[in-house]
Amino acid sequence: MAIHAPAVSLQGIEKTFRSPEGPVHAVRGVDVSIDPGEVVALLGPNGAGKSTTIDMLLGLTRADAGSVALLGRTPADAIKEGLIGAMLQIGSLPRDLTVREIVSVIGSLYRAPVDVDEVLQQVGIARLAERRTQKLSGGETQRVRFAIAIVTNPELLVLDEPTAAMDVEGRHAFWTTMREFAARGKTVLFATHYLEEADAYADRAVLMARGRVVVDGPTTEIKAMVGLRTIRATLPGADLAALARLPGVVSADGRGEAIVLRCSDSDAAVRALLQAHPEARDLEITGAGFEEAFMELTRGDDEEVAA
Amino acid sequence: MRNYVRYELVRVLRNRRFVVLSLGFPLVLYYLIAGPNKNETDLGGSGVSAPLYLMVGLAAFGTMNAVISGGARIAFDRSLGWTRQLRLTPLSPRSYLATKILVAYLTALMTIALLAIAGTTLGVRLSARSWVEMIALLLVGLLPFAALGIVLGHVLTVDSLGPAVGGLTALLSILGGVWFPINNGFLHAVAQALPSYWLVQASHVASGGRPWGALGWFVTITWTIVLGVLAAWAYRRDTQRV
Repeated sequence: MAIHAPAVSLQGIEKTFRSPEGPVHAVRGVDVSIDPGEVVALLGPNGAGKSTTIDMLLGLTRADAGSVALLGRTPADAIKEGLIGAMLQIGSLPRDLTVREIVSVIGSLYRAPVDVDEVLQQVGIARLAERRTQKLSGGETQRVRFAIAIVTNPELLVLDEPTAAMDVEGRHAFWTTMREFAARGKTVLFATHYLEEADAYADRAVLMARGRVVVDGPTTEIKAMVGLRTIRATLPGADLAALARLPGVVSADGRGEAIVLRCSDSDAAVRALLQAHPEARDLEITGAGFEEAFMELTRGDDEEVAA
Repeated sequence: MRNYVRYELVRVLRNRRFVVLSLGFPLVLYYLIAGPNKNETDLGGSGVSAPLYLMVGLAAFGTMNAVISGGARIAFDRSLGWTRQLRLTPLSPRSYLATKILVAYLTALMTIALLAIAGTTLGVRLSARSWVEMIALLLVGLLPFAALGIVLGHVLTVDSLGPAVGGLTALLSILGGVWFPINNGFLHAVAQALPSYWLVQASHVASGGRPWGALGWFVTITWTIVLGVLAAWAYRRDTQRV
């Protein structure tokens, strides 16, 4: 095994799809490097290009431009050598096999699979071992698919929205197992649109929006960036420029008598606002929605593209 | 790989639809049609006894169904996203395809074995050589159908699969003379151009002659090449797109 090669190396990958409404630039130049042993979240709202990036990373979709290397190899070679375990976003299981059968048949395609019973135990589906796949619930199917991804004992585990169909209990068991897996020094890359998941389970997050990497860093950094709060209030005749200069305020917007302040520190901003304008009323403070925060972070994009 | 073949086979044998259509149905029909005509030594001027003719005819019917649906099952795997999942394992697309064909042939052999046993209970007696020759011809004659299955598995959706496979098998069976020999006229000309006709003709081994002749080989090989090229195209298109 090439020791110094990154587990994942994406360089300038791009993908454009044709659609009746014209070309869709799903991924527009993504560079990501992940070291062996890292647990990285690929974070972003729906339509950010996460799945397309993962498809290119795994060689399921050919990139229009750029290069992909997994553990110093092409994706096809890494897969052939059995170094990759993956759970794709969409997928079901062929019917007429039991859970144990389907997990073990996949394991048998690899050189050094993990013991099937151990995996079923780990994922919390040991009691389903003899059940036929067509009799599983959505959440159970997801867990079997996860078992399929880790029975292969891979060096790199790639998971695309793994908890999408899981219930709370399933999610909990899933992340516990994922952590145990990562603790063995394996590399994990998972896509999610939940900031909480990235924050709780990844060392690092790569935030994507509209086909680009917006932020790549420790999860705490991302949280600070998208953790903006918004103050709304009614304030006739407000001077927006002055409002924007208040402590804790990042930007100020107004429509008629209503004002909207985006704040990095909403507590300080509210105090300053009420001190300067005691007449302000109908105050409302909201945490910026994740989607909203993404929009904020990527607002520059459209102008740039239009120009 | 060996494990994968085994599980594919298990999957097929647990599939009720397959067991009914490829194993049960031909067997029951065989007894229903050939049973009452057990003593007919020349069925419809074919020169072959009814039990033998119908044994091969229904074996052709059952194996056609088995082999076409063997490839067509790829459509199910595709609709489930299972082919994508397999693409992420060391199992190569080529091995996946080979497994489908192998399993299709294994199930076809089961159908043949079942009908051969049924045939002997109705008095079919052949020399060892004739049995081997007949089964070999059936297996070769199934090649175009295996390729057809792969084409269907790549171009059809799951919804259209059942009617397409069922309809095609039924049509090819009737025109191939599965149920009753087609010896002359316009239908005979049409039948001779179809691979299913030659599948059924394998029953002529008993009369000692060469059951296929040049035309039989020509038709079978041509269909194999044409459908094989189409199957290769469908397969390549699919592996590039995934």
